[in-house]
Amino acid sequence: MSDLKFSKEHEWVRLEGDIATVGISHFAQEQLGDVVFVELPDVGKQVVKDGDAAVVESVKAASEVYAPVSGEIVEVNGELEDDPELVNKSPTGEGWFMKIRLSDASELDGMMDEAAYNDFAASQG
Amino acid sequence: MMEGDSTDTFTGNRGLRLEEPLIFEQDAPGRSGVDLPEPLPVQSRLGGLDREGAIGLPGLSEPQVVRHYTRLSQKNYAIDAGFYPLGSCTMKHNPRLNEKMARLPGFSDLHPLQPEATVQGALRLIDTLAHWIKTLTGMPAVAMSPAAGAHGELCGLMTARAALEARGDARKRVLVPDSAHGTNPATAAICGYEVEAIPLTSRGRVDLSALKAALNDDVAAFMLTNPNTCGLFEDEILEQAHAVHDAGGFFYCDGANFNAIVGRVRPGDLGIDCMHLNLHKTFSTPHGGGGPGSGPVVLSEALVDYAPLPWVVHGDEGFRLVEHEGDAAGAAPYGRMKAFHGQMGMFVRALAYMMSHGSDGLRQASSDAVLNANYLLASLSKELSLAYDGPCMHEVLFDDGFLKGTDVTTLDFAKAMIDEGFHPMTMYFPLVVHGALLMEPTETESRESLDQFVETILHLAKRARAGDAQAFHDAPVHTPRRRLDETAAARRPILRWRPDPVQGEAAE
Amino acid sequence: MRYLPLTDADRHDMLGVIGAPSVDSLFSDVPDSVHLSEPVDLPAHQGELEVERALTAMAAENISAGSVPFFLGAGAYRHHVPASVDHLIQRGEFLTSYTPYQPEVSQGTLQYLFEFQTQVALITGMDVANASMYDGATSCAEAALMARRVTRRADVVLSGGLHPHYTETTETLLKFLDSTIDVLPPDVEGEEDIAAHIADGTACVIVQYPDMFGRVRDLQPIADACHEAGALLVVVMNEVVALGALRSPGDMGADIVAAEGRSIGNPLNFGGPYVGLFATREKFVRQMPGRLAGETLDVDGKRGWVLTLSTREQHIRREKATSNICTNSGLCALAFTIHLSLLGEDGFRRLAAINHAKTVQLADRFAAAGIEVVNDTFFNELTLRLAEPAEPVVDRLAKDGILAGVPVSRLRPGDAALANLLLVAVTETVTDNDMDRLCAALKEAA
Repeated sequence: MSDLKFSKEHEWVRLEGDIATVGISHFAQEQLGDVVFVELPDVGKQVVKDGDAAVVESVKAASEVYAPVSGEIVEVNGELEDDPELVNKSPTGEGWFMKIRLSDASELDGMMDEAAYNDFAASQG
Repeated sequence: MMEGDSTDTFTGNRGLRLEEPLIFEQDAPGRSGVDLPEPLPVQSRLGGLDREGAIGLPGLSEPQVVRHYTRLSQKNYAIDAGFYPLGSCTMKHNPRLNEKMARLPGFSDLHPLQPEATVQGALRLIDTLAHWIKTLTGMPAVAMSPAAGAHGELCGLMTARAALEARGDARKRVLVPDSAHGTNPATAAICGYEVEAIPLTSRGRVDLSALKAALNDDVAAFMLTNPNTCGLFEDEILEQAHAVHDAGGFFYCDGANFNAIVGRVRPGDLGIDCMHLNLHKTFSTPHGGGGPGSGPVVLSEALVDYAPLPWVVHGDEGFRLVEHEGDAAGAAPYGRMKAFHGQMGMFVRALAYMMSHGSDGLRQASSDAVLNANYLLASLSKELSLAYDGPCMHEVLFDDGFLKGTDVTTLDFAKAMIDEGFHPMTMYFPLVVHGALLMEPTETESRESLDQFVETILHLAKRARAGDAQAFHDAPVHTPRRRLDETAAARRPILRWRPDPVQGEAAE
Repeated sequence: MRYLPLTDADRHDMLGVIGAPSVDSLFSDVPDSVHLSEPVDLPAHQGELEVERALTAMAAENISAGSVPFFLGAGAYRHHVPASVDHLIQRGEFLTSYTPYQPEVSQGTLQYLFEFQTQVALITGMDVANASMYDGATSCAEAALMARRVTRRADVVLSGGLHPHYTETTETLLKFLDSTIDVLPPDVEGEEDIAAHIADGTACVIVQYPDMFGRVRDLQPIADACHEAGALLVVVMNEVVALGALRSPGDMGADIVAAEGRSIGNPLNFGGPYVGLFATREKFVRQMPGRLAGETLDVDGKRGWVLTLSTREQHIRREKATSNICTNSGLCALAFTIHLSLLGEDGFRRLAAINHAKTVQLADRFAAAGIEVVNDTFFNELTLRLAEPAEPVVDRLAKDGILAGVPVSRLRPGDAALANLLLVAVTETVTDNDMDRLCAALKEAA
C-alpha cells in the first residue's frame, strides 16, 4: 500500500483529508509477538508528535506507541478491545489504532515512504 | 508432537503423578473439614447487615483437603528437591531450625499491640537482629519494617527524599544503571522522581564518566546494585560514591546480591547511604512460592533521623517501641511503611540462620558462593558465551551467542533444562545482554551437584549446536503440564473459577 | 558447618579448575581498603542446640496470647488454625519453592493461587482478586494509588473509622505524589458524614468495615455518593472472618476491597508476616497491582495455570508499572486457602456466628456490670469507655495475667477524648472463664 508514511518508531500513517489513521507496522508486530492488549487514548485527547499516544502489550513486553503527528484524537479502534490479535493479523488494515485530526500537515514531510521504511526496518532486524 | 511416554491411563494419572481438580469441583453442601460447636442463639447486633445468600465456598473433609494440597505440592519444583541456579534470587537451602524457632509460641502467638512489658523477648530479638545487620553492613542504623526487597527500596528512597526536603533541596531525578532490576525505576516513580538510565562499559560496570556527566544538583539519588546484576563487583564504587556525594545526592544500594560479600565487605565502607537487604535471599528465610519476604534497610548517619516508624529502643526499663513521631526524640520519621512492626516471623528465621553460621560461617558462606559461581564460569565458558570476563562474584552471566544459528532460544534451552531435572537459571535479565542466562549456584550446592549441572548444560549446548532444535522446541515433555498458552491467558484472562459451563473453553 | 557441603578438598580442586591461587584472589575487584581480612565482631558459629537455647530464652520472656485470657484485636484477631494447615505449608515443595515464573514446574503454586483468588473474590463479593499483597495496610495504600490511576484524579478521603496504621501507611505511600489526603477525625460515635467530603478532585473514599471501633454500617449510601461524583469506594477490612456473617462489600457497591487476610490460616506473629487481600471489579483488572494467576491450556490441551497480565508489573513496565511489588505473601496466602478450604461454606459461617455470639454475650455482661460499650453494632470487637485512662488499666491487668485489649491511645496517643477507650475483641478462642475474669477485673477499674 503505497499511500502509507512511516515513522522511525514503526508507526504508519494513512492520510484522508485532514484525518490521519495510525497503526504499527508489520515489522513492529512481528517484533512484539502475540499482541494481548492495546491501551488506546481517549477520543478528544490532544497529542503531540513523538509524544505518548497508546500502549501495545504482548505477553512479555509493553511498548509505547507514539503519535507520529500532532492533533486531536477523533476516533479509536474499538475492535481491538475484544480482538487484539487484529494487530498481528492485519497491522496496516483492520489493526489500526486511532485517527488523528492533523494540526500541522507539514509534519508528514519528514516521514518515510514504504520503500524507505522497509530498508530502515531491515537494518534494524 | 513428542510425548514423555505414550502410555495413556484411564485416570490420566501417571504413577505418582496425580491429576487434581480445583477444590470448587469437589464441593458437597454441608460438608466441612472443621468441627465447630453450635453457637449460642443471640440477637444479632450486626445492624441489619446480616449476610443473605450463599458465599459459594466448597465443602470438603479434612482427608480431602490434605490430599488436595499434597497433590498440588507434588507438582512443584523446590530447593528441597533440586538445584535452582536463579541469578539474583539466592536460592540457598532453607534450614528447618528456622521454622522450629519461628513457631515457638513465645514468638508466633504474640499480638503486636500487647503491653511492651509482656513482649520484651520479642523486642530483644528484633534489637539483636538489628545489631547483627548493622555490624555486618557497617552502618549505624537499620529500618526493620519493610516487608520485602521492593518495599525496602521504597523505604530507602523515601528516606533520602525526606532528608533532601528537610534541607530545602528537593530534587527531581534518580539515576539507575541500564542493567537495573525493574523494581528500581518502579520505586523511583512512586517517589515522584524521573528516572534516567546510565549505560555500562564494555566491562559490564557502570560507566563512571557517564555517571559523572549525569550528576548535577537535580539528582536526588543514584541507585546501584552491588555486586551488580551482571554478577560483577563495581570496582569503581568508591569513586561513584564520591561523585554522588559531591553532587549532593544520596547513594542507594540494592542489596539483592549481598550474598557475595557478607562478612568480607561492608556497604558502610563503600560510601553507601541506604541499602535494603533481602532476608529471603541472603539470610535463608524461605521463598514460600512467592513470599513472605522481609526487606530491612540500613541507613547512614545522614539518613538516620528520617527512618520510618516504628523502631525498637533500649532504655533503663527495657526495650520500647517508638511508634509515633511525638515519641521520636527529635527524629523526623517520614511515615510508616505498613501496619505494626515488620516481618517478625522472618526476623526469627534470619537470626537463627545468622547465629548458626556465626561471623566465621557467614564469611565462609560468601566465599563458597563466589567459589561455586567461578567454578561454573570456568567449567561452562568453553561452550557457552560468557558475557564479561571473570572473576565473577556469586553469579555468572552468559548471553545467547552460543546458540546463534541453532534456532534454539534461551527460553527453549531453559525448557530443556526442566526435563533434565533442573529449574532454569534467570533468563532475559539483565536486559543489557541478548538472551541473558544468569546463574547463581549459592554456597549450599555440593561439588557433586555442580558437576552434574555442568555436564548437563554442556550436553544441552552440544545438542543445540548439533541441530536438534525440534527437541528443544517441544520441551518440556516430562512435567505435569507442558508449555502453556500465555497469549490466551493474557488476551482473555480467566482469573477465578466460576460455576459456569463456558469457563474452560475460553482459552484457545 | 552443617549448611556448607564443600569440603576443603573440594575447594582446593575447584580453585585448580578455575586456575585461581586462592578464594581471596576471586575478590580482586574489591578495593583493598574495603576488603576485610578478618570476620566481623560477632559470635562464632553455633550448633542447633545452642541456637535453640538462646532463642527459646528470648521467647520465654514473652507472654503468649494462648497462655492467658486474651482480648486484643485492633487489626489482628486471634483464631484457631487447624493442625493440618501448618503441616501442609511446611511441605518442602511449598515452603522452598520459588515464584511460579516457570509454570511447567509450578502448577501446585499456580493452582492454589487461582483457588485463593477465587475464595477472596467470593467472600468479598467482588469480581477478581490478586495473589496477595504484603498486608492490609499496604493493600489499602495501593488501592488509593489504583483509584488515582482509574479516575485520573489525585485526592483521597480517609474515614475516621480507619485503623490509624492504615491511615499512616496510605499517607506515607502518597506522600511524594501530588495528592491531597483528607483525614476525618476519629469517628468514635459513628456519626461521620463522609459523603460530604467528596469533591471534584476525589479519586476515592476509603472506609473500614467493621470500623476500628467495631461498628458495622451500610456502605451502599456511601458507594452511591462516590459513584455520583465519579469517585471510587475502597472498603478496608481488618477482620475477614466477619464475611461469614456480614453482607459483603461487593454487595454494597465497593469498587476495591483491601483487606487483611491473616485471621484465616496464619498466627499473630507479633505483626508479620501478614497477607493483604486485594479485590476489584472486572473492568479495573488491568489497573490492579500485584501478581495474578490465570487459567489456560497447555500444548496437549490440558488445563493449567500461569502468571498473567504481567506487563502491568515492575519487571516489564518498570517506571510505568502499577506497583513496584515483586515478592508478596505466597505462603501466608496458601495457609489462608487451606484453612478456608477446611472450613468450607458451613464452617466459615459457623465460625463467624460463634465469634459474633460470644461478643454479644460479653457485651451483655459488660452492660450488666455497668461497663459502657460505645458501639451499638459490631461483629467481634467492642469499644469500651472506662472511667479512667485505659492504658494503665491494661498494664495492671497484664501484671495480673489478663491481656485485656488495646487502648485506643496506643494507636492515637495524645488525644484526651480517646484516652479512656479500650478495644476488646472476642473470638472463638475466648472461654466463659476468660470473660468472667475480664469482667470482674474491668468492673474494679470502671
